[in-house]
Amino acid sequence: MIDFSLTEEQLAAAEMVREFAAKEVYPTIKEYDRKQEMNPDVLPRMAELGILGINIPVRYGGQGFDYITLGLVCEELERVDTTLRVVMSVHMGLNSMGILQWGTEEQKQRFLTPQAKGEKYAAFCLTEPGAGSDVAAMRSTARRDGDDYIINGEKMWISLATKADHFLWFAKTDPNAQPPHKGITAFMVTRDMPGVTSGDIHGKLGVRAGSTGWVHCDNVRVPAANRIGEEGEGFKIAMSCLDNGRYTVAAGATGLIRACLEDSVKYAQERHTFGKPIAQHQLVQQKLAWMQQWYDCARLLYLRVGWMKNQGIRNTREVSMAKWYATDHSFKAAHEAVQIHGAYGYSDEYDVERYLRNSRGAIIYEGTSEIHQLMQAGYVLGERKDKPLRCELPAYDPEFWQAEG
Amino acid sequence: MKVVVCTKQTPSTTAVFTVDANGHVSWDDPGGKPNIVNPWDEYAIEEAIRLKENHGATDAIALTVGSEESKDALKTCLAMGCTEAILVSDSAFDGSDTVGTARVLAAAINKIGDVQIAVFGNRAIDGDTGLTPVQVARKLGWTPLTYVSAIKEISNGQITVERLLDDGKETVTAPLPVVISVVKEINEPRYPSFMGIRKANRATIPVWTAADLEVDGATGAEAAKVNWGHVYAPPPREGSVEIIEGETIEEKVRKLVDKLFEEKVI
Repeated sequence: MIDFSLTEEQLAAAEMVREFAAKEVYPTIKEYDRKQEMNPDVLPRMAELGILGINIPVRYGGQGFDYITLGLVCEELERVDTTLRVVMSVHMGLNSMGILQWGTEEQKQRFLTPQAKGEKYAAFCLTEPGAGSDVAAMRSTARRDGDDYIINGEKMWISLATKADHFLWFAKTDPNAQPPHKGITAFMVTRDMPGVTSGDIHGKLGVRAGSTGWVHCDNVRVPAANRIGEEGEGFKIAMSCLDNGRYTVAAGATGLIRACLEDSVKYAQERHTFGKPIAQHQLVQQKLAWMQQWYDCARLLYLRVGWMKNQGIRNTREVSMAKWYATDHSFKAAHEAVQIHGAYGYSDEYDVERYLRNSRGAIIYEGTSEIHQLMQAGYVLGERKDKPLRCELPAYDPEFWQAEG
Repeated sequence: MKVVVCTKQTPSTTAVFTVDANGHVSWDDPGGKPNIVNPWDEYAIEEAIRLKENHGATDAIALTVGSEESKDALKTCLAMGCTEAILVSDSAFDGSDTVGTARVLAAAINKIGDVQIAVFGNRAIDGDTGLTPVQVARKLGWTPLTYVSAIKEISNGQITVERLLDDGKETVTAPLPVVISVVKEINEPRYPSFMGIRKANRATIPVWTAADLEVDGATGAEAAKVNWGHVYAPPPREGSVEIIEGETIEEKVRKLVDKLFEEKVI
């Protein structure tokens, strides 16, 4: 049976996050966006309120909610600003959920628990200046030295680059492996390790109230106990982290479509041309109808993924579809929202120009739309099949999740 | 020491008040938002929780008189951190005026027992009378402390509070038990916590009826002394814009001043 209803708990959690974002972030978002700085209160407040551990089991310092709630939370966060959802994508989707899936019990205690409690912020270091979609072209290396690895390399376009304490770092332990992606291994690098440096990039088109930058490892000595998974398993780990990160991006982009729709409905009823509110003009109505259609589709797609994650069903194809659809359409929605707002939409007096700028990045990161199209075609043509992983993301088990442990 | 916070479920802040041809009142929210905890009460709930956290209260109990639907408001109280919630609901109480409601609340507070402080929001956003707290105090025979902006001290069976009045602030001390109504300067209400949300959704909220209480005095529409003779939505404010034309600034200003004299604005 298909059940489209959400529980009271899921709705109340989303409501709480909506209230937080509207009260504490929205009033100053334009100011920080213009300054290209992150509001310094955002991360500590998200930590304090438990948002940074929303779907992690209570025994690992989280709040014990399910994966659907994570999606709803991301939708609410990006309804106000993309930078808030980006925090969840890297801290939760790409890093914490990766540890939940691939980490040993000891690693969960050591890394996941402080992350879920919000005592440590987490980031994901895969992309390099010369390796984006072509992950296997990465040049970062990890050389075994006794009980340690020595890591060298440079990562680029890293969200929370200057804020995070824990970096899930991908490097080649076997630079000569064939195929090359089999030589990649994952490590947890921490900021306190000598040789780790980072900086933020300015001049981005969007997500200007967030931290995006570079992280550099110069002969960083990382204990073997910080290796996540086996040697050579890094590529699979990275891809399963992306299955989780893309979920948060899809849900967030859905929130951005909702922002465009809500703002456009409001403006279209206030603004008059030719003697009537512009909402009475059919070509404006058409844009509103499109936005509603895009919102409904994007939301259904991400909620299906949330349900699959709850059930413990592999969702690589479905999450790719959700992320591709939602991000492409959030950009379209923002474009239409600017058009509805006319010249006012072109200035930062209204929020829609920020939506347009913020929507663009997600069409590039966590799999460009082109990569997602190739993936979907691969599935359709039967050329792509998901093989079972050594560690799957655990299904949501309310008893395990909510027990004190 | 138990603390009770009396709260009320009200329409959302964006609900629109309308009266139809038959005098039937409705508060529909154009965006479909559900009813909420009376926003003023959020400060009272926060203060009740702080009395538990900082002043050694053993319980912070949320109490509401209303329909079954009001349980949603009580769940918010639990999710914020109240230790217990009680709904008082009976068709015999329908249509009560503030005195009738105060009688019911006082009876419920007596039934809870060992209550030293009953906290209220300043007023409710729907009825907007601000009468209930003092009427409950009168009914219980406790000291009412209204417009409280800070609780300074609780010791030796006494409470010292700061009251925010039109003329300034005053600090007063009264023997416990007391009824206090709080203003929004008293605190910054917290959000419901995720753990609290889960706890609230699993909580069984007891429902007390007229049979469970020893209400002193009459309740319900029959007993209400307030007569809602004529209820209407205030007419929307109308305004118009006039641009004053003129060759020079001086001429425009002269015309404006003449106009303002004419309209008796100055």
